[in-house]
Amino acid sequence: MSDVSFVRTEMLPEQAPPGSEVGVIGWLRHNLFSSWINGILTVLSLYAIYYVLAGILPWVFLSVWNAGSLTECREIMNATWGGTHGHACWGVINERWLQLLFGFYPSYLYGRPILALVLLLLALTPILFNMISRRMNWFLLALAFFVTAMLMDASIFVWILRIGFAAATLFIGYQLVTLSGSDRAEQIAQGAKRLPNPLMFTAVYPFLMPWLMWGGTIWPPICAALGFVIGFVVLRFGKDHMSELVTMIAAVAAAVIWWLVLSGYVSDGLSSVLPIGIEAVESRKFGGFMIAILLGVVAIGASLPIGVVLALGRQSDLVIVKALCVGFIEFIRGVPLITLLFVASLLLNIFMPPGTNFDIILRVMIMMTLFSAAYMAEVIRGGLAALPRGQYEGADSLGLDYWQAQRLIIMPQALKVSIPGIVSTFIGIFKDTTLVSIIGLFDVIGLASAIRADTSWNGIYWELFAFIAFLFFIVCFSMSRYSMYLERKLQTGHR
Amino acid sequence: MKKTVFLGALTVAGLAAGVAAAGTLDDVKARGKLNCGVTTGLVGFAAPDANGEWGGFDVSICRAVAAAVLGDPTAVEFVPTTGKTRFTALASGEIDMLARNTTWTFSRDVDLKFTFVGVNYYDGQGFMVPKDLGVSSATELDGATVCIQTGTTTELNLADFFRSNNISYEPVPIETNAEGQQQYLAGACDVYTTDASGLAATRATFEAPADHVLLPEIISKEPLGPLVRHGDNEWGDVVRWTLNALVTAEELGVTSANIAEMTAGTNNPEINRLLGTEGTLGAMLGLDADWAKAAIMSGGNYGEIFAMNIGEETPIGLARGLNAQWTNGGLIYSPPFR
Amino acid sequence: MTILTDPPKESFRLSMLLYDTRYRSATIQVIAMFAFMLLAAWLINNAIINLNTLGKPISFGFLSDTAGYDINQRLLDYDSQDSHIRAALMGLLNTLVVAVLGCITATIVGVFVGVMRLSNNWLIARIMTVYVETFRNVPVLLWIILAMAILIETLPMPRAFKGDTPTATMDLFNTVAVTNRGVYIPEPLFSRSLGDIHVLGDMALRFNISMDLVAFLIVLGLSIFGMRKVTARANAIQEETGDRPKTWHVLLGLLFGPTLVLMIVLGFHLGYPELKGFNFKGGIHMRNSLIALWLALSLYTAAFIAEIVRAGILAISTGQSEAASALGMRSSRTMRLVILPQALRVIIPPMISNYLNLTKNSSLAIAVGYMDITGTLGGITMNQTGRELECVMMLMAVYLVISLSISGVMNWYNNSVKLVER
Repeated sequence: MSDVSFVRTEMLPEQAPPGSEVGVIGWLRHNLFSSWINGILTVLSLYAIYYVLAGILPWVFLSVWNAGSLTECREIMNATWGGTHGHACWGVINERWLQLLFGFYPSYLYGRPILALVLLLLALTPILFNMISRRMNWFLLALAFFVTAMLMDASIFVWILRIGFAAATLFIGYQLVTLSGSDRAEQIAQGAKRLPNPLMFTAVYPFLMPWLMWGGTIWPPICAALGFVIGFVVLRFGKDHMSELVTMIAAVAAAVIWWLVLSGYVSDGLSSVLPIGIEAVESRKFGGFMIAILLGVVAIGASLPIGVVLALGRQSDLVIVKALCVGFIEFIRGVPLITLLFVASLLLNIFMPPGTNFDIILRVMIMMTLFSAAYMAEVIRGGLAALPRGQYEGADSLGLDYWQAQRLIIMPQALKVSIPGIVSTFIGIFKDTTLVSIIGLFDVIGLASAIRADTSWNGIYWELFAFIAFLFFIVCFSMSRYSMYLERKLQTGHR
Repeated sequence: MKKTVFLGALTVAGLAAGVAAAGTLDDVKARGKLNCGVTTGLVGFAAPDANGEWGGFDVSICRAVAAAVLGDPTAVEFVPTTGKTRFTALASGEIDMLARNTTWTFSRDVDLKFTFVGVNYYDGQGFMVPKDLGVSSATELDGATVCIQTGTTTELNLADFFRSNNISYEPVPIETNAEGQQQYLAGACDVYTTDASGLAATRATFEAPADHVLLPEIISKEPLGPLVRHGDNEWGDVVRWTLNALVTAEELGVTSANIAEMTAGTNNPEINRLLGTEGTLGAMLGLDADWAKAAIMSGGNYGEIFAMNIGEETPIGLARGLNAQWTNGGLIYSPPFR
Repeated sequence: MTILTDPPKESFRLSMLLYDTRYRSATIQVIAMFAFMLLAAWLINNAIINLNTLGKPISFGFLSDTAGYDINQRLLDYDSQDSHIRAALMGLLNTLVVAVLGCITATIVGVFVGVMRLSNNWLIARIMTVYVETFRNVPVLLWIILAMAILIETLPMPRAFKGDTPTATMDLFNTVAVTNRGVYIPEPLFSRSLGDIHVLGDMALRFNISMDLVAFLIVLGLSIFGMRKVTARANAIQEETGDRPKTWHVLLGLLFGPTLVLMIVLGFHLGYPELKGFNFKGGIHMRNSLIALWLALSLYTAAFIAEIVRAGILAISTGQSEAASALGMRSSRTMRLVILPQALRVIIPPMISNYLNLTKNSSLAIAVGYMDITGTLGGITMNQTGRELECVMMLMAVYLVISLSISGVMNWYNNSVKLVER
């Protein structure tokens, strides 16, 4: 017998996969033509894409950029392509894009809203992106201020500012470059002075922003901020003499009295004595895309504290408080924003004492804030609900009272969990600001109508709305991507 | 000037309570600015340009009033209003006067409590149809689709017209003139109806204006004019006589070109009274002696304003028609300055 | 032995209102209530003073005045001589029509897109992503305006159907006319109609009930009742013998048979649209404004619903579908019996808020001139009468009632599909 073995003793060399399974063909087979239904769908979608692009792309790119009026556009089109159909006239955007962005804000002051926006991003950085170090944050801030100072008209005061900010930028920048992680740890261990928390700037920003946007003397925002300082001081030093609850009431009362009665006189007095300030801009000059951002930011910013209170009220055991909060939230969420804007434009003056008159932008801001507060309350309620029960119990077992527990344990966590929801609410509010065009404010859509009422651009349509849609898409899309990124990050942090 | 800064605003609101509304004239003088309500954009009548400067026929009236009261035609805050918000804005004091091609009607004057100080444009509701529709009269429009701007008297006039002629129609309500124009051009409606001036202005901007005709029927009277609140007669007088000054200036041949030499003195006593070189008309109104001169300088007399914004030389190309001086067979007529 | 003693009885002191937790909550509530009432009283007082100065104290009398304007899209009979309240009713019905149509379409498109985003066809999944992102990130007002513009600019005008060589023709065997003034579809007509019943005589809220419709509803109800019975019997037989009798032909017959008989009895035929004069006549006219609003609202909301559906399906762990296949279920049954019932629980609550949003967004109808309640009561009526306070208050009340009813119904449905925990 021959020892014929039918068992293979050595492995065959690995073969290359069939050509139809790898590379471009394999990818196509797997992802586009995995079954005949998929194949048909793929072909149909390719045709649909071609159809849409063939319609849009020539319109977008075979277009007129330099024209002062629609008639001129049409002449150029007729001369170039022998017809006006299927070509965009971007001349209107070329001529009016600054107006679409800033409304009637004086063009030599465009730097102010831009600075406000840059500072807003910097103020939000410590909250939204915690991967940036403190030093980096302060460096960027100092840089922003330095650039601003360089752009201002030179005077002695401005020169002092320039030198100061330049020094600060260089100092922090030097530290940023030279300090390695281990050095920093050592410094901290030695108790060396660390840079203050950038959140301090975030706290200052709400007072800085109105000043930058509206201008005027520096005193009204300072006086507004002083109210908080007064309340805080009373809280801090009253504790030694009075019981806690009384102190709290006293602090709130002191701040309220300051705002309602005194601050007006003080800021007027200071303004007339020391008129330090920048050129005032009437809110009627606000418009365009700027107003969408401004309304969105103010509504979200101002509604955050209201939302927290409403959310806590909704969860509270106090029947009447709960009923009031639920009633408010459900009422606001039950009616369309446009009716609230009608209230702002038509009715708010009726509900104020006779003779009161404040401008429409402010009235819209108030109604938008109330509107977003209701949605914000629901978002924060979601955040509160997401916290494990143990957190509350832990706070109780530490002997913290209700407000201490909220401040130190519950809210920091709940707010962090709610950030994606807050961003989504912001996107929603931001998109909803377009409705103000219906009550006659010149936001982008309102401006588009006004531009179309200009003799030279009468009859233009798609170009304006395409541009507006593009603007909104860019901003909202990037924000929603950010929110998704954050959601993923928070999820992994939790599991 | 009290600045409403965001956080301080409610404070200001609280403080302002109880401050009784003084006369509008004093308010405007104290403020240094005239708040004038205009449309959010109507070709030829009011629209902002690329620099945010407002221009147009109604806007010129605002500027003339600002010039008369404050001596500065640029001291105007233009408050864009919609058909819905215009009356509330005026009634609540947000604006001092409304120059927004608003029709003078009984109910607006009496029920809504406004004072129309005069008429700066005599208009009427008309119809525009494409020429190839072959329609020569509005009574042939049975079953037609009609584009119509809402929030105005036009929709009521239209309903009345078709009802009284016993013919049917299909209304397509639209928000702004620009929308109406678009729908009409695309053929989404057979007829576009609004004030005849608006129709002419709209037609003028078409690619082929000759393909569209205005029907002969004018189905309503639309006297358009600036208006103020009831009950402040001093302020009403200021706006009324500023408008009249513009009209009288045209009648007397005072233009922005020759006003300087006219101020030096003429032998026509009415011109002298108008321009403040004789008599105390300005003081009676509580204004400077040269108030009318400033108003006329701001944009010219009535005829110049007309010609510059909507006249036949402009793309809008409106003829004077009813809006000619009474001496030329029109309705524009000012009471004497005496 | 311990003896339980009563805690020392304290006499009530005023400071206990603040420091004693038993009373503190009551104190806070009383203060809150008091502050709220003070605020309300202040607002109302201001309103009364201001309205009296303006010379228009609150009164709803204007509602019975003649409206004077026409409404094109309407479900009930109305002309310009009717009262403002009837005009408002037309608007309300229009709001409801577009809301219901929008919710249905948005759900269908949304579920389709949501499922397709999970498709293993790379291209389809990407296209759906692009759709969702474009629609979600641009304001709905813009979509409404653009939808209207597209309808107006791309569709042929009725004039194009005219003449010897028309540039446009009717679709679907000459039954449907798609124009830039709207879509005309055939309408059902009955030559031996049962007539209408007029309800509420001449009042503002009058309406007609078509007896034909009532007859159809009754017959359809009976058919469905019969089908239920047949299915129940089939189930019983299956339980007993393990064999399921064939029922589909019976069910089909039950569903369509009686209805067909009724249609023949009533003399059913279709009324086709015809070009007469300026416009098409006959048929049901769905106006452009309705279609644009409907399209824009449903496509916009569908983008949100698609995300909800996708998240809902992804939330069901793959173990569920693996277990289902281990039981030998086909993929369609897995979807229907295992995945969807579980996903629905995740999907429904956010879906409710999207339906609410759609309904509220329908108030943007004025941008395209669709006469919904914001266009009638909050638009022309408010302009013509100058009664802003009354109109806006009524408008808010109407939307509030609609919203609360929708969330009520949907919450009830949500409870009915909720996991029953034992």
